[in-house]
Amino acid sequence: MGAEHQITAGFMPLFDSAVLVAAGELGFAAREGIDLTLHRETSWANIRDRIAIGHFDLAHMLGPMPLACNLGLTPLASETIVPFSLGLGGNCVTISNAVWAGMAAHGAEPDLDPARAGAALRALIRERAVAGHDPLRFAVVHPHSGHNYELRYWLAACGIDPSSEIEIVIVPPPFMADALAASRIDGYCVGEPWNSAAVAAGTGHIITVKALLWRNSPEKVIGVRKAWAEQKPEALAALLRALHHSARWCQDPGNHGELADVMAQPGFLGLPPAVQIPILTGHLQLGGGAERSIDDFFLPFDKAANFPWKSHALWFYTQMVRWGHVAHTPENFAIARNCYRPDLYRSALKPLGVAFPGANAKVEGALRVATAVGATGAGLVLGPDGFFDGQIFDPDEIDAYIARQKSGSAEG
Amino acid sequence: MVRSSLAVLVIDENRIRAAIIEAGLRDAGHEQVTVIHDVTGIARRIAEIEPDVIVIDLENPNRDMLENMFQLSRAVKRPIAMFVDRSDQASIEAAVDAGVSAYVVDGLRQERVKPILDMAVSRFNAFSRMARELEEVRGELENRKVIDRAKGILMKSRGLSEEAAYTLLRKTAMNQNRKISDIAQSLVTAAGLLGPAEDE
Repeated sequence: MGAEHQITAGFMPLFDSAVLVAAGELGFAAREGIDLTLHRETSWANIRDRIAIGHFDLAHMLGPMPLACNLGLTPLASETIVPFSLGLGGNCVTISNAVWAGMAAHGAEPDLDPARAGAALRALIRERAVAGHDPLRFAVVHPHSGHNYELRYWLAACGIDPSSEIEIVIVPPPFMADALAASRIDGYCVGEPWNSAAVAAGTGHIITVKALLWRNSPEKVIGVRKAWAEQKPEALAALLRALHHSARWCQDPGNHGELADVMAQPGFLGLPPAVQIPILTGHLQLGGGAERSIDDFFLPFDKAANFPWKSHALWFYTQMVRWGHVAHTPENFAIARNCYRPDLYRSALKPLGVAFPGANAKVEGALRVATAVGATGAGLVLGPDGFFDGQIFDPDEIDAYIARQKSGSAEG
Repeated sequence: MVRSSLAVLVIDENRIRAAIIEAGLRDAGHEQVTVIHDVTGIARRIAEIEPDVIVIDLENPNRDMLENMFQLSRAVKRPIAMFVDRSDQASIEAAVDAGVSAYVVDGLRQERVKPILDMAVSRFNAFSRMARELEEVRGELENRKVIDRAKGILMKSRGLSEEAAYTLLRKTAMNQNRKISDIAQSLVTAAGLLGPAEDE
């Protein structure tokens, strides 16, 4: 007997594909009547192109990537929607030993504090500029990635202009640690395990993490070809239910050993299970023997991690505008607002009786502590969700937010 | 000739495949073909070459880096670059299936690029067919070795002639509806388990 729905999905070998991988490997998809075929890809460009030409119905994607597609920023694109988020947090900023030594001389401590690390980095950058050295070169995984935008946000908030005072290049995640060791780059922002890899090799230091730059911030999502979603609404709803069950399973510490084993298989991450433990526990080796535990380092399910908040998409949009990737126009704003689809998430999961947030967007950075929110169904806890610099992003005041950032150190 | 004036850059870490594609492009009258295997320092090379078309293999994880570089680099005078042409779904699909990805520098008309892409696709396919055949030949060689060892074991332990040993293997395979090489492998494995003396 064949499955009711055939779904083909692409993913990149990164730990945050775990919810999608586990849905296929551990039977969550099959239980919803889905025959889920997973294809491992080698670049985000491949993911985008194969979605656009119909090889994939949906894929593991960088959060801002569907926006970039819909805004016409990519060479080959189809309209892509986001009905499900794969998790919150997960990335780190890692730098070379040489840069760490320079930062330590300017007061950096191995405590992951973004403000302290940023101040030390700024002092080092100014010192290097005076001495006539080349700007430091940092790498991110893709121009339209959470990594690029959170790195730039952090630097700018610390008084460093990421457009002129440093150079930002693109490097594929598995090459980051090697590029750092070979001095081709001085630092990078990437998901795990590619930060811990540099620490383990003795060639890098983790200086801050996404969860401290913007607590409970969005990272990877499920991007779906809109035409397919409209054609096969039942298949999509069934998949969202499978992903929901998978995400809840992935969050449970009792399953972390099995999850690490699944991800360790050659067809997925192909790295030993032990390498995946830091992202699951949030306990990181920072380099030089220092270690630290981070709350909410990576959440695949808790704190409404799978809800596709429109405010997340709109924050990415403000950063695209800020760094000159797109112009702020009413048309573009509408495209960005319609990209993430909480309505599809709600209608698919309604039969399960899960807790939903009361709204589709929230004021980002407003929750200082974990807060139970007005939600339908069982109780739902959100946040804390603060930006490290204390800024608030109110999606209803987007013009003011964009204007405020333009007048700051964003101009480059 | 207008067509041969196009500068084509092929980026492929697989040297044999790159050579096959290059030869195909030259056969088709494209004289300005450059092949790069390693993307380190590629920005400078692109500035020198000023390619009209860039062909890169989809398995290259540096695609994201290259794409971004084409968009940002001031060294590349005409910025990027399209993945063939948005409207030409069929040739894009063929390219993706074959594992090739072509970037066309802005301003170039599609009809001048499609032949290059078609050629690259057919060369990619020819290469993967070649690789597959090589794998099959290698597999056959392995099988023959295993069958020879199994024959040797039978000849030694049952005092059979070579021909009789082979006939026995073949008959067993037919009876069990399995391949001779599978039967031979089982026999070799079993002999190995039963004693090192059998497996010298």
